[in-house]
Amino acid sequence: MKTNDVILQTVTRTVSFIILLFSIYLFFAGHHNPGGGFIGGLMTGAALVLLYIAYDIKTMAKVLPIDFKNMTALGLLIGVSTGLGSFLFNVPFLSHSFGYFYLPFLGKTELATAVLFDLGVYLTVVGVTMTIILTIGEDNE
Amino acid sequence: MNNLVVLPIVLPIMTGIILIFFRNQIGLQRWISFISLLFFIGLAANMVQLVYVDGIQTLYLGGWLPPFGIVLVADMFASLLVLTTAIVALSCLWFSFRSIGIEREKHYYYPFFHFLIAGVSGSFLTGDIFNLFVFFEVMLISSYVLIVLGATKIQLRETLKYLLVNIVSSALFVASVAFLYAITGTLNMADLSVRVAEVGQTGLLNVVALLFLIVFGLKAGLFLYFWLPGSYSAPPTPVAALFAGLLTKVGIYAIFRTFTLIFYHQPGITHEIMAWMAAATMILGVIGAIAFSDIRQVLAFNVVAGVGFIIFGLAAFTSASFQGAIFYLIHDMLVKALLFLLGGAVIGIAGTSNLKQMGGLIKYHPSLGWMFFIAGLALAGVPPLSGFIGKLLLVQGGLTAEFYWITGISLATSLLILYSIIKVFMHAFWGETKLSPKEEKGSEKGLLAPCAVLVFLSFALGLGADYLYPYIEVAAETLMDPSIYIQAVLKE
Repeated sequence: MKTNDVILQTVTRTVSFIILLFSIYLFFAGHHNPGGGFIGGLMTGAALVLLYIAYDIKTMAKVLPIDFKNMTALGLLIGVSTGLGSFLFNVPFLSHSFGYFYLPFLGKTELATAVLFDLGVYLTVVGVTMTIILTIGEDNE
Repeated sequence: MNNLVVLPIVLPIMTGIILIFFRNQIGLQRWISFISLLFFIGLAANMVQLVYVDGIQTLYLGGWLPPFGIVLVADMFASLLVLTTAIVALSCLWFSFRSIGIEREKHYYYPFFHFLIAGVSGSFLTGDIFNLFVFFEVMLISSYVLIVLGATKIQLRETLKYLLVNIVSSALFVASVAFLYAITGTLNMADLSVRVAEVGQTGLLNVVALLFLIVFGLKAGLFLYFWLPGSYSAPPTPVAALFAGLLTKVGIYAIFRTFTLIFYHQPGITHEIMAWMAAATMILGVIGAIAFSDIRQVLAFNVVAGVGFIIFGLAAFTSASFQGAIFYLIHDMLVKALLFLLGGAVIGIAGTSNLKQMGGLIKYHPSLGWMFFIAGLALAGVPPLSGFIGKLLLVQGGLTAEFYWITGISLATSLLILYSIIKVFMHAFWGETKLSPKEEKGSEKGLLAPCAVLVFLSFALGLGADYLYPYIEVAAETLMDPSIYIQAVLKE
């Protein structure tokens, strides 16, 4: 009998988008509500894992040609760099600041440099979870 | 505020991150690592001088004042250790170029090397006890990777043991911090010191102090060293040298920090126990060192014996013994790394670590042989070399504190350490030459230069002790009088 995952794949197409959106919502909510880079990154990782389960590693490598190890390094680089910025402004390491800006569509918005640090955490978490899962998944021996 | 204090942590982290992107360009990785560490040494030396001239340097991360934010504190003790770390790291890195092998280098060896250094210097510089835990983990996770990298059977077996012991001790560390936080309500070390002094170190706080002694004893190999000889003989030479030079020393530093700054009120309980643990460590370590005829085991047990000496200096709690302990700690970091590197070179040439199967290496490798001999004498504490002054001050401090028995044990231990190293020297280098140059399993080419740097430093520490002494004095003074540290951090 031929196996067929048409239902799984169709559901995954919708559901993974919802999970991705929710993870991004969690990421931006972190400053004032529960959420942040860590949980956001894990949720994104979960959406990607769902895609990897529904399709396979080869297909996904074509759709998402990302080296997750470099993604981890990029996240770390962003995280440390937000600290390094303090050398430019002559303030203590890891000082953060925030301000209110008028952006098109969003109106008055609070922008904080802590989000950049969180972005580093987010990328690192996604990179690490995906590296762990894919390394174990690709191990054929 | 002085952002210089954070650079010894950020520089290796940044270097490690950048090296991840250049996974396959080994040449580039080596150059970046080497230059970064050279820069690191300059930075650390600069910091030592700055602390000597201007007093303790602090940095309130993010601008949050203590006890609310994390504070980085560079006092003389920490700065000297950061400088020594940088030097040990550079020689181990240099040794790696020729000996570690391209497969390991391609699998992120250098990034983890730098992360380990970042963890070590972070542990030295932090002024917050939970942050200390985090930097311990940075260091330990990098060390897990470095010990298993290459995945030979013995490495996998020893990594498992090492991992289990360290996970248990880390969990105990978190538990101890939780107890301490429940009692005092703060995590900043200077603030902890103030509050512990206010409520008096009684009952519960003594228990917490002993818990910390167990945790750091596990990390430092103080009496609870059962995991150490196996783990330190599994990884390749430069990694083992890095471990022997740095990892147990971070545990020792943590014991010094907690028991001079926070729990110094009941020396009759804590320091008495510490003294007997140190004595037991010296005896058991040196028994191991003379019992084995395997170079790796002999050297690993020597690491254990060295821990005993330094903690004995802390337990005696006099200013001479503190100076001795600091001097000995710096010397020990350099010389243990040196001995592991030289021992690794010997094993590489002979193709075995069993002393009974080698002999007469001095015929074709005179400089290696004499360097090993000098390193052995330095370790035992023979006068013109670096080990002497530290031990002299330790003995002096021990006698002042009326620890006659333990001082006697430490002197006897020195003798047996000398015996164990000379036994290695005689078996490996003297006697009948068993291997002709063509039969040798490896070469010493490129491996002796980093060792020569350390031999030179051992001489320099011994002969130039006069120049180093004022710095040691400042460091010991800060340890003896916690109010200097508290003043610098809390600025009351």
